Amino acid sequence: MKLLELSFIPARLVIQAMPLNPGSHLVLHAGAPQGRNIEWLYWSIFWVLVAVFVLMIAAFTRAGARSHVSAWKPLPIIENDEADRRAAWAVWSAVGVTVITLFVILVISVVTGKRVEGLTSKNPVTVQITGHQWWWEVTYPNSQADQTITTANEIHIPINTRVVVLTNSADVIHSFWAPSITGKRDLLPGYSSAFWFEVDKAGIYHGQCAEFCGLQHAHMGFSVIAEPVDKFDAWKRQQLKPASDPSDAEASRGRDVFLTHACLMCHTIRGTDAGSRFGPDLTHVASRNMIAAETLPNTAGALGGWIVDPQRIKPGTKMTPNALAPDDLQALIVYLRSLE
Amino acid sequence: MAVAEPIIPNDQDTGQSELAHRLARTWRQSGGFWGWFSNTHHTDIGIRFMVTAFIFFLLAGILAAMMRLQLIRPENSLMGPDLYNQIFTMHGSTMIFLFAVPMMFQGFGVYVVPLMCGARNIAFPRLNAFSYYLYVGGALVLWGGLLTNTGPDVGWFAYVPLSGPAYSPGHRADIWSQMITFTEVSALGVAICLATTILRHRAPGMTLNRMPILLWEKLVISMMVIFAMPAVMIASGLLLLDRLVGTHFFNPAEGGDVLLYQHLFWFFGHPEVYIIFLPGAAIISTLVECFSRRRIFGYTPIVVSVVATGFVGFSVWVHHMFATGLPQLSESFFTAASLMIVIPTGVQFFCWVATIWNGRLQLRLPMLWAFGFFFVFLIGGLSGVMLASVPLDLQVHDTYFVVAHFHYVLIGGALFPMFAGIYFWFPKMTGRIADETLGKWHFWLFFIGFNITFFTLHFLGLRGMPRRVYTYSPDMHWHRLNLLASSGVIFMTAGLLVFLANMLRSRKSGEIAGNNPWGDAGLEWSVSSPPPAYNFLHIPTVSGRDPLWEDPPDQPIVVGLRDDIRETLVTHSLDADPQYKEEDPGPSIWPFLAALTVSATFVGSIFTPWAVPIGAPPVIVTLLGWLWPRGHSPAPRLAGEL
Amino acid sequence: MRRCIQFGFLFTIALLLASCKREDRTLRQPPPADETVNTIQISGLNPGANSISTPPNSNMYQESAYAVSEGQKLFEQYNCVGCHAHGGGGIGPPLMDRNWIYGSEPGNIFATIMQGRPNGMPSFRNRIPEYQAWELAAYVRSLAGLLPKGVSPNRPDEMNVKPAESSTPEQTPTGITGQPEDKK
Repeated sequence: MKLLELSFIPARLVIQAMPLNPGSHLVLHAGAPQGRNIEWLYWSIFWVLVAVFVLMIAAFTRAGARSHVSAWKPLPIIENDEADRRAAWAVWSAVGVTVITLFVILVISVVTGKRVEGLTSKNPVTVQITGHQWWWEVTYPNSQADQTITTANEIHIPINTRVVVLTNSADVIHSFWAPSITGKRDLLPGYSSAFWFEVDKAGIYHGQCAEFCGLQHAHMGFSVIAEPVDKFDAWKRQQLKPASDPSDAEASRGRDVFLTHACLMCHTIRGTDAGSRFGPDLTHVASRNMIAAETLPNTAGALGGWIVDPQRIKPGTKMTPNALAPDDLQALIVYLRSLE
Repeated sequence: MAVAEPIIPNDQDTGQSELAHRLARTWRQSGGFWGWFSNTHHTDIGIRFMVTAFIFFLLAGILAAMMRLQLIRPENSLMGPDLYNQIFTMHGSTMIFLFAVPMMFQGFGVYVVPLMCGARNIAFPRLNAFSYYLYVGGALVLWGGLLTNTGPDVGWFAYVPLSGPAYSPGHRADIWSQMITFTEVSALGVAICLATTILRHRAPGMTLNRMPILLWEKLVISMMVIFAMPAVMIASGLLLLDRLVGTHFFNPAEGGDVLLYQHLFWFFGHPEVYIIFLPGAAIISTLVECFSRRRIFGYTPIVVSVVATGFVGFSVWVHHMFATGLPQLSESFFTAASLMIVIPTGVQFFCWVATIWNGRLQLRLPMLWAFGFFFVFLIGGLSGVMLASVPLDLQVHDTYFVVAHFHYVLIGGALFPMFAGIYFWFPKMTGRIADETLGKWHFWLFFIGFNITFFTLHFLGLRGMPRRVYTYSPDMHWHRLNLLASSGVIFMTAGLLVFLANMLRSRKSGEIAGNNPWGDAGLEWSVSSPPPAYNFLHIPTVSGRDPLWEDPPDQPIVVGLRDDIRETLVTHSLDADPQYKEEDPGPSIWPFLAALTVSATFVGSIFTPWAVPIGAPPVIVTLLGWLWPRGHSPAPRLAGEL
Repeated sequence: MRRCIQFGFLFTIALLLASCKREDRTLRQPPPADETVNTIQISGLNPGANSISTPPNSNMYQESAYAVSEGQKLFEQYNCVGCHAHGGGGIGPPLMDRNWIYGSEPGNIFATIMQGRPNGMPSFRNRIPEYQAWELAAYVRSLAGLLPKGVSPNRPDEMNVKPAESSTPEQTPTGITGQPEDKK
């Protein structure tokens, strides 16, 4: 076991030498216990397979080298029953070793599977994830309706707490995959499945849709933000509040722009008249790191560009272009960026 | 009283004898424009399958190059998502349905199997021709769709609900579904022909225990096709019903189930990849035997492995669905089955090593490709072991790791043996040997390019890059690996161009091949290159597994078949005892016409339900023309009766 | 052989030119403008010179299955079903019958959506981009079976409340009085 884990070190060094982005999304650099279990399984099987590969290539090379005859025309046929009898022993031993190796791989695979999928808890954080074309609806359901949080594309969880994800899809099959946390789970319309995970290292874990879902499958990312419990609770409290009222005239004008243009046809801002559930909930849009399902940073410029011409960035997306007058656009951006 | 003719062995048939002239006249195919469409001889149809399949391989390769160009840098604007989605769907569909099965199973099978059996033609020759034209029809429908902006864009597997009526408007997914119907009927037709040839048209003396491994493999594949193709025809048929008729098979709101489609599709989809790989393995067995100058080590274990792979291949399909949230017990079962299927392939590998080890290796060009296969397929198979394990699969499923895996097993397991087989049987088909130097350039260029492109993809998958994405963000730091992967395309393209040049040049001016330039053991090497229209001057008999190596010089031949009509011999399926004589139907235009009417009906039904009642009468007419009884040819009149 | 290549070449060119309008997917549409709607005519009476017919580029929405399918989704998303149900009507008039109060041409329906109408039809000017209003207009026409079968949507992934638009028999449009429409 020690030896095996020693092998992780050079591998980790190589991986760490490659620059990472702020959110990690590497299978082999897990930040969660399940991811680390899977990483262990990967390296275990990997070294076995490397050994098999080296042995087989050596066998082919040796076989070829020792029997190679440099001749153009076909040589006469040979027979060597004695050599074949010896070879039979070797072949059957090799088959035996193969069977045993495969059995060992089966056992460690099933054991790891049980460990990875065996998380339960009496007091989990429950997250309902509904896949849409092409964004993630994230809900924290609660038996009290006014304690239910609805947001999009960004999932906050406390570290060292079991999280159960309830999956659903509003249209086609999507797949929720955060590589550094755990394996993926498909979101199937008509099915609601539950899977568990837990993160013990705080940070931002990037994920992406992993089942082809149409035109903008490539731009359907999400992030899981694992943070200490107190920060998570603070985030929750903030998300439960309705949208903050505009603090200045420009933001107020921005809210008016929102409510008199196409925006309210698709988006909700709790605390205003905008209540459509078709697009992501924007009540606290300024609190997110990225917009457009992790496609753009949440900055004024990107927001402006996205509002005016989303089809340029994500052709085929459901969001319409909005030709706003420059002052209106500016006011709208100011308002949206005030929605912490 | 007929004059007794001297017996001329098959391998000395120069086509000059009286018998050869009579047989050539009897078995000739019609010439001219309509004669081309009436041809029912297996060698011609086999070559047509192979050439057509290779054309589609090149077309799908161009699509792949376009994909790699789009992915060469982040947020590239070479093409938008709509075109990219059509291209990757067409790449996968063309490679699997229009290239891999038609080349590996239909093309090689139809050409080589009757010759290896010692038969004059394939069984059910008109069904064989019909299968070819139907395959071409399906291919034209699919590519015609792409050229008219109606190419499918939902992935080669077309999962519902994305491919259903709500999320795939228009007829793109219908074109895909109907292409499935075409190609699967075509594959079923050839499976029936080959299975019947192998079971009932073998040379007397070729008991099951003496069949070449390639014949065993084609028999197993034929059975796999017969059991697997109906599943995908049901899946695509139900999809068509949902889309065109308004049924709710896959509509969860009305009680349908989206996973039903996945089960039906993958019940076909997994055996399909073995249908593609096992022909490659059998070609390798043939080559290893020939170029080690000894009979194959472990004939019985290899045959048992091929049969076992055929069976176990039907029990692993759920490993494509591990991410859907299955119960743990069933996941463990399918992990076990997926690991178990490694064992038969491992047995074959060990037997090949043993054959070479105790043989005399002559590293001619086909054998070089066989060594390429060993390297590439081994890597692919080992990454497959990783994918069999559920926790690992849940990480790398639907990422570029899987793309790397299946390209290693499909290109390694089918394309490398395909090139090996082409170079090996090229002398038989054309009468000339392909140039060895050009062939080596082809091998090394392709091998290097392939590994640059696809080995890199393993790393991309582990770094989180999912499949079927038309672009990616620069923040993901995937751009260097993508650039590396795209650069390998240059080498592969160069290698393929060298191959094309080699084929074209060697056909005209390659070294003339005799009957048996490689000194192989199979019956096909006892006839001239290319074979005459009647294949064998005399139907041979065999007394061992490697006829041309083991049979004594006075091995009997079959007499008593008429040479003035197209008479063939039907033998017992187990021990190949002669049972009765049967007449080959000869050239016929009806298979082509029937394929035309059936194609028109299939294609029309996409656009209107009236296509079925309107299309049915012509189909019936052509089938009547095909099946109209002709009566038996009159018995020969003995000279004494005149 | 050469003839084969020539034939293949011609076939490819022919197909490329015959690109199917049904499969057109124009993803990047121009943003909304205020002017177009005023060019639509609702009746034969108009001040000034000749009648102005439906802008030509609106026809591309009638011929593209993708556009009509988008219209189907928008019909639900923008809550047209709240008043018109799935064509059967309720608070608002049915859309799947042959009576067209304000005309059945695409331009008429577009104008109805953008301008609003008495008795409760709101105006969606500045709320919905023009191209989406054209898509909705195309879909509404398909509810009455006025679009070709290949372009009309098939069954949606929802509960089956009525036959699919592609199976709806064509309801020849009439005006509110039951008389044939006053076409311009």
